[in-house]
Amino acid sequence: MTSLLKRKRARVDALAESAGTSLAADAVKRMLRSPVALLGAFLVLLFLVLAIVAPFIAPKDPYQRYPELLAELRPDFIPGAQPGFLLGGDELGRDFFSRLLVGAQQSLVVGVGATLIGLVLGMIIGGLAGAFGGWVDSWLMRFTDIMLSIPSLLLAISIAALASRGSQTTVIIAVAVTTVPIFARLLRGAMLAQRHSDHVLAATALGVRRRTVVFRHMLPNSLGPVIVQATLTLATAIIEAASLSFLGLGDPDPSRAEWGLMLGNSQRYIDVKPELAFYPAVAIIIVALGFTLLGESLREALDPKNRR
Amino acid sequence: MLRFIVRRLLQAIPTLLILSLLVFVWLRSLPGGPSGALLGDKATPEKIEALNKVLGLDQPIYIQYFKFLGRILSGDFGSSLISGEPVVAEIGRALPATIELSLAALLFAVVLGIPLGYLAASHRGRFLDNSTVIGTLVGVAVPVFFLGILLKQLFAQDLALFPPSGRQDVTIDPTHVTNFAVLDGLLTQEWDAAADALWHLVLPAVALGTIPLAVIVRITRASVLDVLNEDFVRTANAKGLQAQLIRRRHVLRNAMLPVSTTIGLQTGLLLGGAVLTERVFVWGGLGSLLAQGIERRDYPRLQALLLLAAVVYVLVNLLVDISYAIIDPRVRAS
Amino acid sequence: MALLEVRDLRVVFQRRGTEPFTAVDGVSFDVDPGQTVGLVGESGCGKSVTSLAIMGLLPSRGNKVSGQVRFEGTDLLTLSDKDMRDRRGRDLGMVFQDPLSSLNPVIPIGLQVTEVLERHRGMSRKAAMVEAADLLGRVGIPDPQRRLSEYPHQLSGGMRQRALIAIALACRPRLLIADEPTTALDVTIQAQILALLKELVRDTGTALIMITHDLGVVAGLCDEVNVLYGGRVVEKAARYPLFADPRHPYTHGLLASIPRLDGARGEKLVPIKGSVADNIPWDHGCAFAPRCPNALPVCREVTPELEAGDVRSLRCHNPVLPGTPAAQEVPA
Repeated sequence: MTSLLKRKRARVDALAESAGTSLAADAVKRMLRSPVALLGAFLVLLFLVLAIVAPFIAPKDPYQRYPELLAELRPDFIPGAQPGFLLGGDELGRDFFSRLLVGAQQSLVVGVGATLIGLVLGMIIGGLAGAFGGWVDSWLMRFTDIMLSIPSLLLAISIAALASRGSQTTVIIAVAVTTVPIFARLLRGAMLAQRHSDHVLAATALGVRRRTVVFRHMLPNSLGPVIVQATLTLATAIIEAASLSFLGLGDPDPSRAEWGLMLGNSQRYIDVKPELAFYPAVAIIIVALGFTLLGESLREALDPKNRR
Repeated sequence: MLRFIVRRLLQAIPTLLILSLLVFVWLRSLPGGPSGALLGDKATPEKIEALNKVLGLDQPIYIQYFKFLGRILSGDFGSSLISGEPVVAEIGRALPATIELSLAALLFAVVLGIPLGYLAASHRGRFLDNSTVIGTLVGVAVPVFFLGILLKQLFAQDLALFPPSGRQDVTIDPTHVTNFAVLDGLLTQEWDAAADALWHLVLPAVALGTIPLAVIVRITRASVLDVLNEDFVRTANAKGLQAQLIRRRHVLRNAMLPVSTTIGLQTGLLLGGAVLTERVFVWGGLGSLLAQGIERRDYPRLQALLLLAAVVYVLVNLLVDISYAIIDPRVRAS
Repeated sequence: MALLEVRDLRVVFQRRGTEPFTAVDGVSFDVDPGQTVGLVGESGCGKSVTSLAIMGLLPSRGNKVSGQVRFEGTDLLTLSDKDMRDRRGRDLGMVFQDPLSSLNPVIPIGLQVTEVLERHRGMSRKAAMVEAADLLGRVGIPDPQRRLSEYPHQLSGGMRQRALIAIALACRPRLLIADEPTTALDVTIQAQILALLKELVRDTGTALIMITHDLGVVAGLCDEVNVLYGGRVVEKAARYPLFADPRHPYTHGLLASIPRLDGARGEKLVPIKGSVADNIPWDHGCAFAPRCPNALPVCREVTPELEAGDVRSLRCHNPVLPGTPAAQEVPA
């Protein structure tokens, strides 16, 4: 066993140990007292609401090239704010503001999609390992160890490169795969910790079937750390997806309103209109920060060390 | 210590073997298989079949794997589809640039991160600490490539303090010895070349080093806080040792254990970030090779780079283990 | 003059967002040169906090220490951090509960002994190494020369505690504080460590404050005993009268709850009801009243004062009657 891996695993396992040790209500109470948690929750909520209502509140069609904007478009000039176009146009004469709004939806789809797929796959692997133990456990964990030993962006790149042509689905799957081993280890660790806890031992001793014990007792109590990790993963997934887009592994369709892609495409026009690069970037940062703050404060709230 | 290193190297072999198997499987999952990948745009079913024969892809899968293993062990990674050059030669030329950039980024992160983390820990709960913690949270939320673009715009274009891209100014014609630009300048005593290379290194290194910096600060802070609560620090205080000696001898040394693993983990991740940074700063290292390889789906090149990343990971791991053994006698014994 | 005079020592912990908690509530006692004084009580009674306050080792934030700790006439609480560092390890030594965690795991034992010699006795590393080997030998560590280059994890629990005692006594302090020095050790090792401490303080004339919850330790070692409850001294007496004739219901209860090999068959162990967590602040009567078998209505209304008598000081409205059988013989 190499020590880096041990460290990676230890971090995951430490989080897993907080499983079932704290009442949800207790954790929520602690979160409400923390300004960091509230700020994180606010940013996340804002992002979610914007992403959902974006198509309805976007003042213009984000994919349409408007003659008013195209008329003024020159290699050294991209029109700024004007009536009807809050932030002016982009490099192809589309409404920048509407594209930013719709970009929230794209990022949400990618972030949530990747996290959900990773979560489900990871939970299946981790759940099997945790429920059965023994050789099932040791083989599944060996598999996750190897995946953990490749830098995640590189892993995502090599998976995305498997597709002959980039697409949003490729990006989602590539990012999802990198999160699988983390979720798997996490759930397994949490369930193993549960296995030796009194209420599970009691249920087993009373002759409750294994399936019932797993689904009614072990799984629900293991969800805390998984939720924490999912929140943190949403942040990294959005950043990683943007990185893949930036590298040209995403959807090659330039009309797509995706923050990473917008940022990459507008890099050439940074002297002409820097906002084109900065606003999508700031949006990514704010969303990632929101999920990170929320996740970190959730982790802290669930940590038994911080209970008073 | 030598026995320790040899043992660790031997332990790395299975990991590398499994990784080579993964790359092998990866290559076989490519659209059209390895032949399709090699032929690229020119692939037709007939051509693929013909090439399959040539490459021995009609043989049983385990024989294919051993042949594949034999080739990569003898350093034959094939030729790039883009340049037609052997991949090994390409990588050999680009490697110094990436190593130089990564080392500079790591240096930036470590030299700044450890003291900053320590400072934050010793001012726990005060302004300096709180702002550092917030800074680290923001730091990991900023995409590497955006930070690069931002730094470039601000310090290269607007303020013109640093060069915007490349490793060396075009007006300088340096003598290449090792292809490490700064080192070459020093070795050949071309001081202006060395200074110029160093100057080019600053912005990319800061961009690439910021996430490791944020992570190292956080781990150092957490680790120092943990150690400050240890009983042996109380013992050291009970001995009446000066605060400075306690800090150096008792706190820092123990706090460095988790920090050294973190540095290792971040080093492993640098290659991913380097791809993005090199793209922004037109750096011309492995990241550029990789980015170009992705765009054109140059699989021989990608395969070699993937294996290289795995080897780097194993080597970094070894270094971390050695540093652990140096710091902690308990590890040496086990 | 007493070597150490603790007067009205008070330690209040106050963390943001929590009620202040008084851990030590006006404790006073003296230690004469060469004397061994015990501080006894259950965990949470304030005995460890008292010792840390004397040593100036409480965390720098989140607490308030008041009163006086006069060591050879100097109030240690008024000293600057630098002056206090000069005294710690030189005039006052301390031995802690858990010998494994109290030693730095990544530094050889030798350096952990020599650093205190270099600091306070101005020795060179070389001279300090010679002295360190001598010190380790004196505390009964076999083959001390070899041990110098070994690390804490290579020593047994008893050896580690011996090393810590050697460190604490390296500069021949006039006062040694031992905070539960045997609690983390095996029973057989406990006796050896106690015997070692007893021998060392006798030979060197070092005064000793022994902090323990274990009355057996007190009985074998201490000249004078302070029984603490809820951060206050409830009974203070010399060893013999305390064991032979405990008057405070708490002291009496502590002794009665110890099983005796020579007790009559069928004799009942009498536990003290409840736990320290039940205690109430001293300003609304006696803190021990809720657990006390002798409690009167007055105990819950009027706070008892520590009243000094000829033989003992006692803080109780309704003490145990003299002659009520004590549980333990006093060892010589």
